[in-house]
Amino acid sequence: MTTKAKTFTIYVDGEAVQAVPGQTIMDACDEAGGYIPRLCDVEGLVPQGSCRICTVKVNGRTVAACTQPAEPDLQVEHETREIHSYRKDLVRMLFHEGNHLCPICEASGRCELQAMAYRLGISQATKYPYLQPVRPVDASHPDIALDNNRCILCGRCIRASRDVDGKNVFEYIGRGIDKHIGVNGANLAATDADIDDYAMSLDVCPVGCIIRKKEGFFNPVGDRQFDRHPIGWEIESKRIPTTDISGPAGSDQEVKP
Amino acid sequence: MQPANEKIIRKACLRANNDKARMLDILHEVQDQLQCIDSEAMELIAELIGSYRVEVEGVVTFYAFFSQEPKGAITIRLCDDIIDRHEGFKDLVETAEEFLGIQLGQTTEDGRFSLDSTPCIGMCDQAPAALINYQVFTRLTPSKFRTLLRKLRTESDATKLVTRYGDGNNSHHLIRSMVNNYIRQTDKVLLGKIPKEAGLENALSLAPAAVRAILRDAGLRGRGGAGFPTGKKWEFAAQTAATRRYIICNADEGEPGTFKDRVLLTERAHLLFEGMTIAAHAVGAEHGILYLRAEYRYLHRYLEDILKRRRKRGLLGSNILGKDFHFDIRIQLGAGAYICGEESSLISSCEGRRGEPKNRPPFPVQAGYFGFPTVVNNVETLCCVPRILAEGSRWFCGFGTQQSTGTKLLSVCGDCTQPGTYEVEFGTPLVDVLQNAGSKQASAVNIGGASGQMINRDEFKRRICFEDLPTAGAVITFASHRNILDITSYYMDFFIEESCGYCTPCRVGNVFMQQALDKIRNGLGEPSDLDYLKELGKTIIATSRCGLGHTSPNPVLSTMANFPLVYAAMVKANGVGLQAGFNIQDALDEARIIAKRRSLIYDPAYETGGK
Repeated sequence: MTTKAKTFTIYVDGEAVQAVPGQTIMDACDEAGGYIPRLCDVEGLVPQGSCRICTVKVNGRTVAACTQPAEPDLQVEHETREIHSYRKDLVRMLFHEGNHLCPICEASGRCELQAMAYRLGISQATKYPYLQPVRPVDASHPDIALDNNRCILCGRCIRASRDVDGKNVFEYIGRGIDKHIGVNGANLAATDADIDDYAMSLDVCPVGCIIRKKEGFFNPVGDRQFDRHPIGWEIESKRIPTTDISGPAGSDQEVKP
Repeated sequence: MQPANEKIIRKACLRANNDKARMLDILHEVQDQLQCIDSEAMELIAELIGSYRVEVEGVVTFYAFFSQEPKGAITIRLCDDIIDRHEGFKDLVETAEEFLGIQLGQTTEDGRFSLDSTPCIGMCDQAPAALINYQVFTRLTPSKFRTLLRKLRTESDATKLVTRYGDGNNSHHLIRSMVNNYIRQTDKVLLGKIPKEAGLENALSLAPAAVRAILRDAGLRGRGGAGFPTGKKWEFAAQTAATRRYIICNADEGEPGTFKDRVLLTERAHLLFEGMTIAAHAVGAEHGILYLRAEYRYLHRYLEDILKRRRKRGLLGSNILGKDFHFDIRIQLGAGAYICGEESSLISSCEGRRGEPKNRPPFPVQAGYFGFPTVVNNVETLCCVPRILAEGSRWFCGFGTQQSTGTKLLSVCGDCTQPGTYEVEFGTPLVDVLQNAGSKQASAVNIGGASGQMINRDEFKRRICFEDLPTAGAVITFASHRNILDITSYYMDFFIEESCGYCTPCRVGNVFMQQALDKIRNGLGEPSDLDYLKELGKTIIATSRCGLGHTSPNPVLSTMANFPLVYAAMVKANGVGLQAGFNIQDALDEARIIAKRRSLIYDPAYETGGK
């Protein structure tokens, strides 16, 4: 695609960011090396705007950056105190909705929910009540287990299975607070799910819900995905090329194990 | 699977041309005949319509009126609205539980009865009410209900138990319902005397653009709540280049305390379809859908019959009124989901999917039903259209205020002597409505239902119009002995039950709101809980994806703003240092059971050897 002529500018917290028609606010920011926090969206899948963590303000209205089209001269508020507080609240809600016990979870250190909490500065128990759901664990499949208690309903597995693998292993079931991920059969073993599916890869499930059996805790503490860099670092490093492994240049953000 | 069941499912799918978009119709038929849509049924349906099992399961589990577990041959759904609660819902539940020997939510062992509750069924002017196999029973008392239940032991057709029919078309042989219209006040636009088809004839003699211009000049705004200018909506749809366009009428009147569309569907069905036909002409649509909420299924056959008559008279179908204009309407039955009143969710539901909202942009007028430009208008809005085309925009502007032209239908209910439907001019002070309805004692009024606001006496002088006190129709009056916090808690429960769960803040945040509110109701609240509720409400409103989430904290926030003393009386600062909501005895219970002994420190009875 050569649409150079059509490039236009949007302003994110006052800073000019180039965009092309068809891009969302998030696409444009990603390309420019500006990271907008997100959990339900991931490179390669159709954005669905459900976690709302990428909330930004456009012309005074709050919208999801992952689904909102970029338009010429758009004024986007991104890292304001108000938006930051919304994002923290949303991440806290997800923590309190499910059972997220980081010390005993094999996703710890590569968990995007955990990493997001650190990035946004949430490091201790919060004001919300814990809902402590008791959802069944599906360990029927020889290579994969599903612990729905850790699910944050991002739907990445649904889209990955449907749009990338060409299967339909997952789908949303129920509604409201009872909404959960269902599988296309009596249990996961009864479906055509395979350990080599993209949906089962480490890129897709942001938390420890989809568990690849026999390979937990494969990285020692210190070597895990978010031990050295905060979440969003790959995108931010586009803007400021750096060889410093301590994080984005200029950042002295402490990354806790 | 039993061959007989398989035959039923195959027939249901075939009747819908094995079309995935007609999934709701298929599921309704299977649910009706088999009392459930179980795993095997879902598998077969998926195979026949080219879907997959878990997708069908996703749809089945989304709608309250579908069930995976077998329901009784007689399915009783007691309306659990706040008005019904005030009018004896609990007594009815107890009556049924005692008579049937089951709890709410259960089915009798013989499979004869199941007993459920359901949010507002649009009968608040004749509460308490119930749906029994979709037949409506109103103004129930425990003794009447017991008699009904006794008869239902042998009589499977609930229709036959309706002995006295309601007024107007409610006694029509295709409705035969005990529902009453309770039209208390009429005006010239909708509920007065109305000439037949004059609007359509006028509209078809004009070019589509001219019709849209008349609508714009009339200043008609959507009656469903948001108040978007109808002419503008039509203009957008007409301007979007497309091979097809759709007109959808939103008859999913789910807002608790609202029932005015029920009256229009009963008494003004021709006017409604005339309005849809004019809309079709104005935007260039050939297809229309009436999305009828399942709670109003008792009107389904009647409405189908009217469509048939209109086709026969050349008012629908090919070459309408002899012109080169073709348009037809199908009725899509909902299945118990408040969210489907949101226009993009309604479109998802019409497409045979989970009724979840779609991302906007694109807006439905750009890309709606299966990607085609779609106009979604409320019943009342579409009923205004033929009147404007018949009498002119100037006539219409003669009613109401500058920014809110025309009249508005109000559903008045609650603590008043004359509950029912009122047609008032926009700009009418609320106090006048209350007076006419015989609500002298009202100390609080809910305007707009669960998503609306609760106002106090100081605001009763405000006028009903978009620029002052907007409402989709609900005017619910509460006398001073009603508990504001109970009412608020009811509305929060409603949102928790009806949230589609798509986005985090609405799915999770509302549960937290409810928990904090309960803490206050139970006398365990602290002053900081009030700030907590405000902040949480702000986050939910700001970050939710659709109108449901944007309005769900309203019950709490508006009562906090307008009835601060109610909250202040319930919260107290705690000097002890413990959190007020924390009960050490409850917290220790589980440990006591595991340890099989009591706590030496916290169980004073331990030392004395007492229990």
